[in-house]
Amino acid sequence: MLQARGISRAYPGVRALDGVDFDLRAGEVHALMGENGAGKSTLIKVLTGAVLPDGGTMTLDDAAYAPHDTAAAQRAGVWAVHQEIGVLPNLSVAENLFLGYQPTRFGLIRTRAMNERARALLAELDLDVDVTRLLGTLPVAVQQMIAIARATRADARVLVLDEPTASLDAAEVEKLFALIRRLTAKGVAIVLITHFLDQAYAVADRFTVLRNGKLVGTRAAAELPQRELVTMMLGKELVEAVQHERRAPVADRPLVARFRGLGRKGSVEGFDLDLHAGEAVGAAGLLGSGRTESAMLMFGADTPDRGTAEVDGETVRIRSPREAIRHGFGFAPEERKTDGIVGALSIRENIILALQARTGWARKLPRAKQDAIANHYIDLLGIRTPDAEKPIEQLSGGNQQKALLARWLATAPRLLILDEPTRGIDVGAHAEIVKLIEKLRDDGMALYVISSEIEELATYADRVTVMRDRRQAGMLEGDRVSVTGIVDAIAGGAA
Amino acid sequence: MSALRRAAPQLGVLAALLLANWIAFPGFFNLSIVDGRLTGSVIDVLNRGAPVALLALGMAPVIATRGIDLSVGAVMAIAGAVAATSVEAGHPWFVAVALALGAGLAAGLWNGALVALLSIQPIVATLVLMVAGRGIAQLITEGRIVTFVDPHLAAIGGGSFLGLPVPVLIALAVAALLTLLARGTALGLFVEALGVNPRASRLAGVETRGLLIGVYALCGVTAALAGVIAAADIRGADANNAGLWLELDAILAVVLGGASLFGGRLSFVLTLVGALTLQALKTGILLAGFRPELNLIAMAVVVSVVLVVQSPAARGWWQRLSARRAAA
Repeated sequence: MLQARGISRAYPGVRALDGVDFDLRAGEVHALMGENGAGKSTLIKVLTGAVLPDGGTMTLDDAAYAPHDTAAAQRAGVWAVHQEIGVLPNLSVAENLFLGYQPTRFGLIRTRAMNERARALLAELDLDVDVTRLLGTLPVAVQQMIAIARATRADARVLVLDEPTASLDAAEVEKLFALIRRLTAKGVAIVLITHFLDQAYAVADRFTVLRNGKLVGTRAAAELPQRELVTMMLGKELVEAVQHERRAPVADRPLVARFRGLGRKGSVEGFDLDLHAGEAVGAAGLLGSGRTESAMLMFGADTPDRGTAEVDGETVRIRSPREAIRHGFGFAPEERKTDGIVGALSIRENIILALQARTGWARKLPRAKQDAIANHYIDLLGIRTPDAEKPIEQLSGGNQQKALLARWLATAPRLLILDEPTRGIDVGAHAEIVKLIEKLRDDGMALYVISSEIEELATYADRVTVMRDRRQAGMLEGDRVSVTGIVDAIAGGAA
Repeated sequence: MSALRRAAPQLGVLAALLLANWIAFPGFFNLSIVDGRLTGSVIDVLNRGAPVALLALGMAPVIATRGIDLSVGAVMAIAGAVAATSVEAGHPWFVAVALALGAGLAAGLWNGALVALLSIQPIVATLVLMVAGRGIAQLITEGRIVTFVDPHLAAIGGGSFLGLPVPVLIALAVAALLTLLARGTALGLFVEALGVNPRASRLAGVETRGLLIGVYALCGVTAALAGVIAAADIRGADANNAGLWLELDAILAVVLGGASLFGGRLSFVLTLVGALTLQALKTGILLAGFRPELNLIAMAVVVSVVLVVQSPAARGWWQRLSARRAAA
């Protein structure tokens, strides 16, 4: 029904899409898979007219299809339903359904007629909702289904659902899928983006996998084992990389921190973790699998509602990053820009911030000491900058990351939590950071490293905890800490 | 040196305004000693500017955290009412001042709690006290204008020491104290970090809540101090008019001092410069002898020009221009 050929789209510095082909058949659910930055969202933006492609052509029912904006795409019958947007919580269900198309008489809206039509429309989709209620008072799942219903009201023939289940519980997901099946039975084609593999398999007929803006392949769901799908998404060759020289497991390394059943409703289910001095524990899993959430709970950035934490054998409650830092923890978050750097401040100020915060506001580090610390780490980590007074936001991603590592190293932490420490940085800096992680580990620091780079984890991690669908799926030790072992565990094999 | 260069636009604007005043009124810089105190237009600018300068000094850290405090004018009224009624009730002047400052502290803590603990947007949170504060002040004065005769309390507004008006000395002392507090400790760094990126600051271990409550509390205290000066100046507390609209002057003074409402920049010295700029402007417009109905419009025009001159866009334009001139 909808065909796209050779779609390309570049943003400054990135080829978001590079000659991607995509076919959509009437009445099918087609799951679009890929990790962050694979090009999924750019592709659906092109399909729904939100961005114009640089190259490539599209046809809809064999007619040329080149929407120049989303309204044009919607007129052609292609609608996107984004997560939690596009609905107006302050209006009623019926008003949301008929916004802009309300039945009128003498220029006045015929509310009763509108409500009746809304009821009829929802009945057809087997949805039982009071159409006069304000949408904002209804559960997110219902809001989502109303957004879908609105598209079908407008005779949508292609529906793009972007992470529709991200904030739904299992029962709600089932309801949504029932709605999807009813729509496909009527011939509507659905493009589904989701990070939940099990859900994708439950509802999708075909998969298209993108990686780094390129098409990896399109396969029927029935003929694609989950493990192969993960391999396609992550792009790792399953041949074992050169067997890494594994360090002999060192017995009785002192335990730094122990977490038991730590979790939070809606964030991540309870997980167990022992972190020893001189040991790097990796955390693997797909995006949204609960890896970052586990780090946030350990560091007190998010308050756990279950489970216990022990530091040096004593039970502690960590309710804020400050308390975690007092126990000798450090945490370099994934979102460098929003959670890491303090952009307008200098490199020096960014590096000493955590140490100064731990020392206390009243005992300001003398300027000479600040300069010494900043320059020490600029040299040690090879941060490329003319001087320490440059605002940190002017550094490249890799150098910002090094400065953030310096911020924590300056506090001499006993446990360092790193969330995607090598994401978005150039190759040279990447290798340097991996080397640094190994050095810190060998110097006796406990490390918890979250990474999507499986080869990287297999290189330096002593053990790897695998997260799947917001819970801990298993802990790999010894020989199973390998690219194959990790991929298997992520895909849902025995772990 | 680089600090001076960064302050150049603010200092330049102030100098230009003073120069314009001098041209419009050649006696502007004349000083004379009358009854053992300096008098003259410049001293008048300083003296009249002192309350707004105090408000601005308290407002500067709040704005540096990307917040705002609309209640300072109302807090002035409360503090004036507390000082006047308690000295009228027979308390010594220092007790009256302490009570007034305590009231300001309480008001600031209230604002800080709303912002830091309940995460209410600062503009809304402080709007509550902006409206309610005048009502509280009226309750304290029981709807009257409370006048007093205590000479010590009056001296805070009208007295002089070493030839300088007491309000000017108070503003200078507070500025010096706050600079010492911000730069002698790590508080200045933390406030700026909090303003630029609150999430990252919290993750780095900065006690962001306590810090937020602290800056609003400080703002309440400086506002109370300004309120005591205003009441002392007229030897009475006028709950309806004391500090009316001055919250806007205070915000403007901080912005004229080069701060951004997006937070992250804290300088008490530049805040003083901004407050002086504002007062020099007001005095200049009076001296220029416009028709009174034009005063506000003239002020708006000049403020707009000043803000354009200081804007990042204009700074980039200047840099390009000087680069081209250097190349030629």
